Amino acid sequence: MNTQALTDTAPGTAAVAPRGASLERGRHAFLEEIDAPIASFFSSCVRCGLCAHACLFYTETEDPRYTPIHKLEPLRRMWRQEYTFWGKLAKRVGLAKPVTDDELAAWSELVYDSCTLCGRCSRVCPVGNDIVYMVRRMREGMAAAGHAPAGLVRATRNAILNGSPMGVKLVTLEAQIRHVEKETGLTVPLDQVGAEYLAIFSSMEIVNYPEYIAALTRIFEQAGVTWTISSEAFEATNAGIQIGQSDLAAELLSRIVKAAEKLKVKTVISPECGHAYLALRWEGPNLLKRAYPFQVKHILELLDELRAAGKLRLRDSEDSRLTFHDPCQLVRQGGVVQEPRTLLKLVASDIVEMNETGVMNWCCGGGGGVSAIERAENLRLKAFRRKKTQLDELGVEMLVTACANCRVVLEEGVDAYNMELPMVGLTELLAEHLEERP
Amino acid sequence: MNSVDFLQWVRGPAFDAAVVIFVLGVIFRLFGILMLGKKPDLAEPRGGEWGPGLRTVLSRSLPDRGTFRREPVTVVAGYVFHIGFFITLFLSAPHIELFHAWFGLRWPALPTPLVDASAVITLLALVFLLAYRLANPVRRFLSGFEDYFVWGVTLLPVLTGYLAYHHLRLPYHALLALHILAVELLLVAFPFTHLMHTFTLFVARWYNGAASGRRGVVS
Repeated sequence: MNTQALTDTAPGTAAVAPRGASLERGRHAFLEEIDAPIASFFSSCVRCGLCAHACLFYTETEDPRYTPIHKLEPLRRMWRQEYTFWGKLAKRVGLAKPVTDDELAAWSELVYDSCTLCGRCSRVCPVGNDIVYMVRRMREGMAAAGHAPAGLVRATRNAILNGSPMGVKLVTLEAQIRHVEKETGLTVPLDQVGAEYLAIFSSMEIVNYPEYIAALTRIFEQAGVTWTISSEAFEATNAGIQIGQSDLAAELLSRIVKAAEKLKVKTVISPECGHAYLALRWEGPNLLKRAYPFQVKHILELLDELRAAGKLRLRDSEDSRLTFHDPCQLVRQGGVVQEPRTLLKLVASDIVEMNETGVMNWCCGGGGGVSAIERAENLRLKAFRRKKTQLDELGVEMLVTACANCRVVLEEGVDAYNMELPMVGLTELLAEHLEERP
Repeated sequence: MNSVDFLQWVRGPAFDAAVVIFVLGVIFRLFGILMLGKKPDLAEPRGGEWGPGLRTVLSRSLPDRGTFRREPVTVVAGYVFHIGFFITLFLSAPHIELFHAWFGLRWPALPTPLVDASAVITLLALVFLLAYRLANPVRRFLSGFEDYFVWGVTLLPVLTGYLAYHHLRLPYHALLALHILAVELLLVAFPFTHLMHTFTLFVARWYNGAASGRRGVVS
């Protein structure tokens, strides 16, 4: 585990770390990340600017600096200077503009604060550039060069040292488990070897939305499936992915993998959290350099399977007008589009869709670690106007989503704009409509 | 050197050299991109790569509804230019004669007035796109020397071709030589600029679509 990188990028210590060495590390990390897809993307961009209109940070500010492809400019120049004929020539004769530390510092806002890794730009680019893939890669170089925002550095350090970006410890989880057991009259299984499913949570769920834990307990009881929580690895989120430090991301992931292997579970359930799913489901095996001996499913995928197997028996229906907010990572990195809609239809009668939804949904404005960056708060609230516009068009009475981070960000946005809109997680909503036990 | 000698040189050794630079340049560029490779993905796939990759190669030619609504000008002007350029390049009788001489392949030409109209439309689209690049805040902000240079080397062959065909302003030989020279400039610039997108966009779209497909995301 490389905690050295963490202390070097922590606020206050940047001055201690030699700047040149940091920049060199960053440059090295940038070049390490450039692969065939990235070279094909940079070769193809004709500066049409269409990606700007796919990004909520541009649409809500109309500041051209927030054009997604522009956020990659230092990486593009580095590619050009190292991998193209004229770029190499210009560099050799001293005509190329080198990427400097000051430039990277200036780009920190563009690569972190104004990008939620939502991936909408990647779906819009006419030449097919996977822009979010490149931003994710570029963050590796930015973090190595010491230009990650303080908020994310803190979250990552907390996660590595204390097991949670918010500093949630086992005692907190145990206290919530006791509450849930009291409320439901059911046992919440802890460290049960041989259970089918291992449930993990985002800190946000443990602290703000323990209803999710209660919902799982009741749904699994009715479905008759075995599950467990691990006392050693219950945190699902991964600040290492958001900040762009693969070694730390791997360390966080390995804790979950070790626990899952120790408890011999068949499936690990990614909670209602978008990027946790991205981290565990898609990045994990590549960061750990091995395939898992278990499956990973998002809770919505599992619930839809239980429904299909007749193990999710529901009653009554909400009659208030509601809509579903798609978490970006679920739809654009996981293709989980139909499952929440199928499930929602079982418990609600008046469902309306936002004008751009599913794989073309708009982000809440706080994904990809942005909600952990204090200095980005004003910008994030501005970007939230995109979602506000979508919601205002519908005039709904309730918002359902499946990501605790989306939910916190949306609740803050709704508060800031004096809107009235109660929110609920889909798992929790389903649990409220379970058939009574006979 | 009179205009006939110049024409001989332009369509002889100069043209050969330009074609060699173009062909080798494009091959080296594509090779250079693909050689960088991609790390194998160890995550259990949720869907296939090839089908969605190939589908995205086609489907990205159409904008999504939201993009079209927000930026119809870019989309429409882009279509007009590309279609006009391809018609002018591949469906005009003199060009088809050339392709026939080189590759032995022949296809029907469009009637001259239609090719003529498409050349004019292509030129108008190019002028409009330049004006739009200068007027639109996002485009102006993103654009650098290469973007304007590429615009110029794309405009010149169309403009000189149109003038030569109509024997305007200059003697035919001189105009034809200028036209061929402009084409050579385009060919030589091609592998070194983002004119390469003509080929690399297929690679880029494939990577994008394949990555989505692997994760079970409909592209």
